[in-house]
Amino acid sequence: MSDLLAARTQMAMSLAFHIIFAVVGVAMPVLMVVAERRWQRHGDRIHLELAKRWSKGTAILFAVGAVSGTVLSFELGLLWPRFMEYAGPVIGMPFSLEGFAFFTEAIFLGVYLYGWDRISPRAHLFAGIMVAISGTASAVFVVTANAWMNTPTGFDLVDGRMVNIDPIAAMLNPASFPQTLHMTLASFAATGLAVAGIHAFLLLRRPNDPFHRRALNIALLVGAPAAILMPVSGDISARYVAKWQPAKLAAMEGQFATERGAPLRIGGIPNEEDRTTRWAIEVPKALSLLAFHDPNAEVKGLDAFPEADWPPVLIVHLAFQVMVGLGSMMAIVSLWSLWIRWRKREPSEHRNFLRAVVLVSPMGFIAIEAGWVVTEVGRQPWIVYNIFRTADAVTPMPGLVYPLVLFTGIYIFLALSSCGCCTGRSSTRRRPPISALANRPRVPRIHGSPPMSR
Amino acid sequence: MSELFTLPVVIAGIMVVSLNAYVLLAGADFGGGVWDFFASGPRRAAQRTLIADAIGPVWEANHVWLILVVVLLFTCFPAAFAALSITLHIPLVIMLVGIVMRGAAFTFRTYDSQRDAVQNRWSLVFAVASLVTPVILGVCVGAIAAGCIPTDAGMTFASETFRDAYIAPWLTAFSFAIGATTLALFAQLAAVYLTVEAADPELQDDFRRRALIAQGGALASALLALVLAQREAPALSEGLLRGWQSIPLLATVSVSAAATAWFLHQRRFRHARVSAAIQASAILWGWPLAQFPWLLPRHLTIETAASPAPTLRLIAIALAIGALLLFPSLFYLFRVFKSRPARTA
Repeated sequence: MSDLLAARTQMAMSLAFHIIFAVVGVAMPVLMVVAERRWQRHGDRIHLELAKRWSKGTAILFAVGAVSGTVLSFELGLLWPRFMEYAGPVIGMPFSLEGFAFFTEAIFLGVYLYGWDRISPRAHLFAGIMVAISGTASAVFVVTANAWMNTPTGFDLVDGRMVNIDPIAAMLNPASFPQTLHMTLASFAATGLAVAGIHAFLLLRRPNDPFHRRALNIALLVGAPAAILMPVSGDISARYVAKWQPAKLAAMEGQFATERGAPLRIGGIPNEEDRTTRWAIEVPKALSLLAFHDPNAEVKGLDAFPEADWPPVLIVHLAFQVMVGLGSMMAIVSLWSLWIRWRKREPSEHRNFLRAVVLVSPMGFIAIEAGWVVTEVGRQPWIVYNIFRTADAVTPMPGLVYPLVLFTGIYIFLALSSCGCCTGRSSTRRRPPISALANRPRVPRIHGSPPMSR
Repeated sequence: MSELFTLPVVIAGIMVVSLNAYVLLAGADFGGGVWDFFASGPRRAAQRTLIADAIGPVWEANHVWLILVVVLLFTCFPAAFAALSITLHIPLVIMLVGIVMRGAAFTFRTYDSQRDAVQNRWSLVFAVASLVTPVILGVCVGAIAAGCIPTDAGMTFASETFRDAYIAPWLTAFSFAIGATTLALFAQLAAVYLTVEAADPELQDDFRRRALIAQGGALASALLALVLAQREAPALSEGLLRGWQSIPLLATVSVSAAATAWFLHQRRFRHARVSAAIQASAILWGWPLAQFPWLLPRHLTIETAASPAPTLRLIAIALAIGALLLFPSLFYLFRVFKSRPARTA
């Protein structure tokens, strides 16, 4: 394995790992705050228990997200020092703002988790709201930095060097709005439906359990509207990609030839050798219509670009199909939940609906991973689109396969441990009596030995 | 005066302030892990509970100070960030593993099954990571202070071996002496803070004794580092012993170190907490002051490494606004959790 490939694999793995925890860290606090608010308004203890249960999940996942995010902030330099040296002055701004948002999130999460009996209910709810707001803000800032890599602005290029740097203009690059919107909605959709799926599964086994019924309702409240808005935001994103990153769009669609009235390909296998995409269902003129809102618009194919600047077409195309397919199913199930609500029914009483929610439960996270593959692999071979090549950014240190192996081991360990921890004893499945949870911060028992033993 | 306090210098100063906060806050959290490792005697379990209660609500916020330093480094001094990341790849990876394992193990221990076997396993991971990480952090600082971070590693000399470029710069006696000093200082800070947080006088005494031991260790290893610096980091040693700042610095360190020991001896723990914090801060500030105006001594000054002015100006504004948001929140966090002694088990 070449050092460049090892570095790319390690970065991809780190991002793929971190994104799960980051996404949960954005949406989970909202679930927790809604539950606490309902407890404070209606005095239903089940809502209090839900808030505590979800805050436990938030604590575990936030901690893993925080440490994996720390790894990423160092990895930017450890793997791509030349990129950071080049781009640091331009994209440091959103990272700095993210630093403050993350700081706020960590402070108020500490207050929230350990402050149940130390501060007033109003202050406690406020802490939860601050966690939710700063979590979302962190995500927006980091995605803004990524957006700049797709559509770099805010500088003049003179002899390959960036001069007249304007970090605000860099943050307001064309990709910022579509990408941050898409990612924020995705966080709520994926987390909301994943949590809904867990409780739907348990409701199928124990119908009308009041705990899971309330949990399902809150999770759908957070997840379903976002999942329904995702296709709209996807349309905005697609039109921006068509305009600013035509090579990426061509790879996403398996479009090798430049043509007017280009068809939309559903599925299919692109082949870079003979420059065709086979076995796809082609909807005539639909791509031109979707990308430019004009059925006869010209869509640039990969033939408009030198082959050295092509992203890996097969991966990008397949990842895009996966993202759109899964996202569509999530939107349909979410519409179903709205329909049930519209008719003033309880979603928890429709067993087929519950089954559908269980089915889409993991899809949001798979779609997010696929979506990031589209964004990141679709930008290759560039680390900064059309300006700086990934191959020129990598560290000169040889033997990068060793840290790759090390971090692979760490991520596997963290994934298994956090799963074990979240689903372990006193998890959502087996809940202890409410009295054991109320009004007391968790004091960890540190060591099993009785005080007098050595 | 305005010549001295240029924008790059001010931002570099803010980075040292952040690092100082990291040392005083997160450093003590690492130190807590050290004392978890060395928990012993009849109150072993109580010691560990006290440590966990003290760290629990604040460690994640404390940890962010390091992120702030890293982000400011790559935004405002990107060339230095690149050089550090290349030459110190190996120790930084070890440090990251330590940071990940420490944080993850602490959280998992809090929320995982309360069975003894599970708890002991997480405790061990937490404690070992808390021991290793500060040493490596100190090693990285030592390598920077000794001027071992070139800006062209792996680029210029074809004859340069892997060992020359990626191991020799940090694998030195001096770096490890700084590593030992860092560990001892963190352990000392933790023990001193815990004397304040403990409600039970016997538990206070346990940590009082530990604070004094760590104090001895910190001073001994700092002296050793100073001696080694004569040979391995002569420029730093020159700055520490003969610069304009050396008299006030050495005076602050000696007075605060003596005061810490005296206050501990007198059981005036709140006073000891203040003087221990001053002592650790003075030792930390000795490093940037002695190597000023260098960022990476012998290779890169603060001015030459700095990003263009528009970036620095915006970052300065962001830092000012961020501080307005941050300090009230931090004050609130510490007032809620640190204003009265934690309950003892």
